[in-house]
Amino acid sequence: MNHRAPLAWLLGLSLLAWAGSAAADVATALHNMFTLPADTSAINSKAVAMFIGFVLVSLGITFWAAKRTKSTADFYTAGGKIGGFQNGLAICGDWCSSAALMGVAALIYSNGFDGLIYSVVPFGAWPLMMFLLADRLRNLGKYTLADIVSLRMARVPVRTLVSSASLAFVIGYLIVQMVGAGTLISNLFGLHYEMAQVIIGALIVVYVAFGGMIATTYVQLIKAVLLLSGASFIVFLVLQKFGFSMNGLYQAAVDNSPLKTGVMQPGTLLPDPVNAISCGVMLIFGGAAMPHVLMRFFTVPDAKEARRSVAWAASLIGYFYLLTFFIGYGAIAFVMKNPEFLDAKGAIIGGPNMAAIHLAKAMGGDLLLGFISAVAFATIVAVVAGLTIAGASAISHDIYANMLRHGQATDAEVVKVSRIAALGLGVLGIVLGIAFKGQNIAYLIVLPFTISSTVFFPVLFLSMYWRRLTTTGMVTGGWIGLASAIVMLVVGPTIWKDIMGNPEALFPYKYPALFSMSIAFVTMIVVSLLDKSDRAKAELASFDDQFVRSQTGLGAEGAAQH
Amino acid sequence: MEELYRRIDADPEFHALSRRRSRLSWALTAVVALSFYSWIFVIAFKPAWFTQTLGPETVITVGVAAGIGVIVLAVTLTGVYIWQANQHFDAQNRKIVAHAKNEHQT
Repeated sequence: MNHRAPLAWLLGLSLLAWAGSAAADVATALHNMFTLPADTSAINSKAVAMFIGFVLVSLGITFWAAKRTKSTADFYTAGGKIGGFQNGLAICGDWCSSAALMGVAALIYSNGFDGLIYSVVPFGAWPLMMFLLADRLRNLGKYTLADIVSLRMARVPVRTLVSSASLAFVIGYLIVQMVGAGTLISNLFGLHYEMAQVIIGALIVVYVAFGGMIATTYVQLIKAVLLLSGASFIVFLVLQKFGFSMNGLYQAAVDNSPLKTGVMQPGTLLPDPVNAISCGVMLIFGGAAMPHVLMRFFTVPDAKEARRSVAWAASLIGYFYLLTFFIGYGAIAFVMKNPEFLDAKGAIIGGPNMAAIHLAKAMGGDLLLGFISAVAFATIVAVVAGLTIAGASAISHDIYANMLRHGQATDAEVVKVSRIAALGLGVLGIVLGIAFKGQNIAYLIVLPFTISSTVFFPVLFLSMYWRRLTTTGMVTGGWIGLASAIVMLVVGPTIWKDIMGNPEALFPYKYPALFSMSIAFVTMIVVSLLDKSDRAKAELASFDDQFVRSQTGLGAEGAAQH
Repeated sequence: MEELYRRIDADPEFHALSRRRSRLSWALTAVVALSFYSWIFVIAFKPAWFTQTLGPETVITVGVAAGIGVIVLAVTLTGVYIWQANQHFDAQNRKIVAHAKNEHQT
């Protein structure tokens, strides 16, 4: 029974994770998953009510979408019928995780100017996607990243590489989101950490398994509208206090911050130049090739709509990053000296991550606090839904349909496997979220971005731009790059020194992307040039056809049939 | 389809269009990469440049203004690209494809 394999695999993994923790912990976790805390006074009823509103609307949409999700094309790409503007909003919803709102605000709150680095640099991925990737991606793509890179290559080795890397990417990113969500929700809503995991996991499974890409798109769309309007409203209220003078706001931040004018100046958060460049490479190139974002390019009918999506996404995301300039400094102005948000020692309650949330309360009272809390929850749900559908498509389309069944599976079978995979990923998310509770997971966000810049960007870029790339070159470079990235992460300062407690890291840099991406590129190029096999010759010869298609869109999936 | 691809590939107009398109893409990429990396490099190596304020009456520093500028420039350039692509490239592309199809039928 081939099509049960992914499920069995996921269940096995989950069981292992369970067995890893003590039985008593499991009992507590199980109890907390389904019960409210003893002290229900901590429950933020306004936030819960607004979040329930979001859930009801999104479930209604899922019900509507489920009736429209029949074929694999519906499931993975909403039938390629999403418009450019809607898709741009949905991409914004996919991209802006809660880290972009709360994390960046926290960094600005704690470090002033240096926090801005994290709102400016990641944005560099967007022009890159527009100029180099968007048109060609849409013209060559079908459902997943692997479809593009395997167009003129051998199917099985290429899909093995890309789908393994995609799953590693999705699971790494998923853990970060789930752990972040659990902490956030127990803080904001007064619910148990474990219950937060169950709510998110269950919602995701319903959205993705039943509503596929249509429901996922609408969830992301609503979330983007909520996030952008919530953040805009906070900024409006902040600026209003200063008669809409930007200088007034910054002056107040300077007066309030212990850094004084230093809050507006580059400081010391940026590590040494090598780490800084490597981190920039990771955020820009990794950000430009994330499978769950790229998948959204296939939901539009043609290259023109793909460009419009990117233009909208870039404008909205750019706007959002500009808002973080004001939210971060607004928090310094209104939260830092406000006793309501400080504990006995004068530190911010709930840690710097709560700076944006406290600012909402300072500006708009309990109602705005509840709204922003619900937005933060919706934000996480939408990002996790995007990751889950990307993971489910890697399992069902790349692994099951193309590798195990060699393209012979029926539509119905593939959709069924997708749904089972979504269920498996939801359960896995809950289990891993609970298993990683309370651990330092900051390093985990480096993993997916490093994988993306080391594997996805080079394979995508070279397969579209470089005639001489061969299967052997791509696969060898991809695996060596991936292995080097993981080794450098493990023996680097974060894991080897800080977590495992060794005195000295074997690899000195926190961000290995600069090195692992270079290794991947060089290996792919050298091995391809040395590859004189017949297969390599055929692959080389088929570049012209692929090039014409990438430029004209002729023969693209979802385009008008001739 | 392969036949059509060959025909288009043999059309010098097609290659001229590809070249124009890729010149624009790479030029814009270079400008954007330069602006982002200059911003990071100034912070890493010449932070003093970003420490000055824009004027005597304001606390806003060159660094903050430049950060906003980098984001705005990137958004503007994506606008330039989409405008060029929609105004010129798409129409030329349609012409090339139509031409190849006509030849194909006759």
